[in-house]
Amino acid sequence: MSRIAGRFAELRATGRKALIPFVTAGDPEPGVTVPLMHALAAAGADILELGVPFSDPMADGPVIQAACERALIHHTSLRNVLEMVREFRTRDADTPVVLMGYLNPIEVMGYETFAHAAAKAGVDGVLTVDLPPEEAHDLVQALQSETLDPIFLLSPTSSGARMDRISAVASGFIYYVSIKGVTGSSQLDVSAVATKVTEIRGHTGLPVGVGFGIRDAEAAAQVAAVADAVVVGSALVSRVPELLATPDRISETLAAVLAEMRAAMDAVPHQAASAG
Amino acid sequence: MATQAKAVDSQALRLDLPDENGHFGPYGGRFVAETLMGPLEELRLAYEKYLGDPEFQAELDQDLAHYVGRPSPLYHAERWTRKLGGAQIYLKREDLNHTGAHKVNNTVGQALLATRMGKTRIIGETGAGQHGVATATVAARLGLECVIYMGADDIIRQAPNVYRMRLLGAEVVAVKSGSRTLKDALNEAMRDWVTNVDNTFYIIGTVAGPHPYPAMVRDFQAVIGREARAQMLERTNKLPDVLVACVGGGSNAIGLFHPFLADTEVEMYGVEAAGDGLDTGHHAAPLCAGKPGVLHGNRTYLMEDADGQIIETHSVSAGLDYPGVGPEHAWLKDTGRARYVSVTDQQALQAFHDLTRIEGIIPALESSHALAYVTQLAPTLRPDQSIVVNLSGRGDKDINTVAKLEGLEV
Repeated sequence: MSRIAGRFAELRATGRKALIPFVTAGDPEPGVTVPLMHALAAAGADILELGVPFSDPMADGPVIQAACERALIHHTSLRNVLEMVREFRTRDADTPVVLMGYLNPIEVMGYETFAHAAAKAGVDGVLTVDLPPEEAHDLVQALQSETLDPIFLLSPTSSGARMDRISAVASGFIYYVSIKGVTGSSQLDVSAVATKVTEIRGHTGLPVGVGFGIRDAEAAAQVAAVADAVVVGSALVSRVPELLATPDRISETLAAVLAEMRAAMDAVPHQAASAG
Repeated sequence: MATQAKAVDSQALRLDLPDENGHFGPYGGRFVAETLMGPLEELRLAYEKYLGDPEFQAELDQDLAHYVGRPSPLYHAERWTRKLGGAQIYLKREDLNHTGAHKVNNTVGQALLATRMGKTRIIGETGAGQHGVATATVAARLGLECVIYMGADDIIRQAPNVYRMRLLGAEVVAVKSGSRTLKDALNEAMRDWVTNVDNTFYIIGTVAGPHPYPAMVRDFQAVIGREARAQMLERTNKLPDVLVACVGGGSNAIGLFHPFLADTEVEMYGVEAAGDGLDTGHHAAPLCAGKPGVLHGNRTYLMEDADGQIIETHSVSAGLDYPGVGPEHAWLKDTGRARYVSVTDQQALQAFHDLTRIEGIIPALESSHALAYVTQLAPTLRPDQSIVVNLSGRGDKDINTVAKLEGLEV
């Protein structure tokens, strides 16, 4: 069982939902990231999602775009990100780590080289935003041969046929993009999310996480009531710009935001999750 | 001759390549987030339906004839031919189209498709502003809301075109992310599309992007090559020996080349922007000096660094200043069917002046790259051979740029 599947099994057994924070690796400088990962894990993260900076983050809103730009000032590369994960693993052997990014840096490194290096560094899953299943065959194979989970998106525009197709190649969890739009957009409609998550559960036995547009503890709690995992990115990363002069305060500040979400999610009594 | 041109039409419009997932060999495809997969499939189905719809095609032909002003002339540049002392040079006069460039061939087609699909809002991206103007133009004519994304730096460099778009009723949005140029405008337009996909049609201006855009834009631009082929047969009773066109994203080049692909005796040269020179790194020549990768929804040749980050490009011509290129060009390069070369800013500027003084035609700086290569190529050919070069746009938009480079105020 992968670390991700193991983590969801534990959560199911205790009737809790997963909280998955996203931060961009190397934002605003490389030294911040590993301590931040530890702080987020301590504040209640069940899985960590680490953004690999890319020059052209087409699916991201202004908050994550700016984070990529800050990270790229220091030339934070895919190899640097893997090194961060390796360093994180020296003190945390349990918290699953998912890389989220765009295909081109992986293409340049080579699929097999990347998969091997990622597994060795302690990565558990890889979400490539601009790689739909139609184009994913070779990368999925490379990831699976290193027992890494290929994680895929589903969206409000995904048909039932696409849910089946994606469910057939995905493992770890399904990441449902809760809105038509980019990361950090507003106007999350929880009842629409609930309807779609129920539909998705008819097509996959994998846990379903929901992200894009979860801005605060209240929204996190509402989504946790209907999904297996809550992914928060822009709500955390949007705090970074105000801390550029005091980077040593980034970990505590973001951890505090996350802890508030954790508390709100845990305050809602959940049925044992229906996934699986 | 009309029947012959007709036969070519139907052949050129067949969708042999790309395959059903949009691949030209290893290139092309659909590399987008899941949210866009449904809308792209909806677009592909609509496009394929109307491609074979006589009523749609008749309306498109009417628009091309009476709004755009087609067919565009094929002009025998006799004086320039004599100066160069080699092959006969013919200019395909896309600069004489409404709005002054080939871009409108595509925007007329996509706007017509947008109305058929019931979309009420048009978005587009632009670098030099030519595609933005062509998009705002058709949106005005059809009474559609129009938003154009343009890099904040390009907005400063291309102020007259920004004003043109605003006159036409378009909202021009300054894109301040990344390198603040065309590639960032394209990112931002994609973000708009994914957010407003229910009522919005995204008119991409070049033969790049996710499937079906490279095929669809090519098919709308292929009118250039179909006309040129028929015009050469009528004028010279034979096909040209060589085709030359500039390549940024590559829409004017693929429009000229595609109807000649089966004519294997016809050689094709795509001319990229070498900027300050390929060895300086300040250029926009991914086919000549880049590597395959994935950007903006397709796999193609790119300008990228060792980490896979997209790097900034340089060309005196804003319309060629793009780090990628259409996937069909990548395929034509690898198969050897077309050859890709480059000329520097200086060579293009020289050709800009040459054509202006020798033929009385001010070419766009983009097209001047193709002309500069013709000055090298023509003298190596015989006078009984011929070159068709795509004069893809007129140069009025560039006179401030050229004057400034020469230390003049206009």
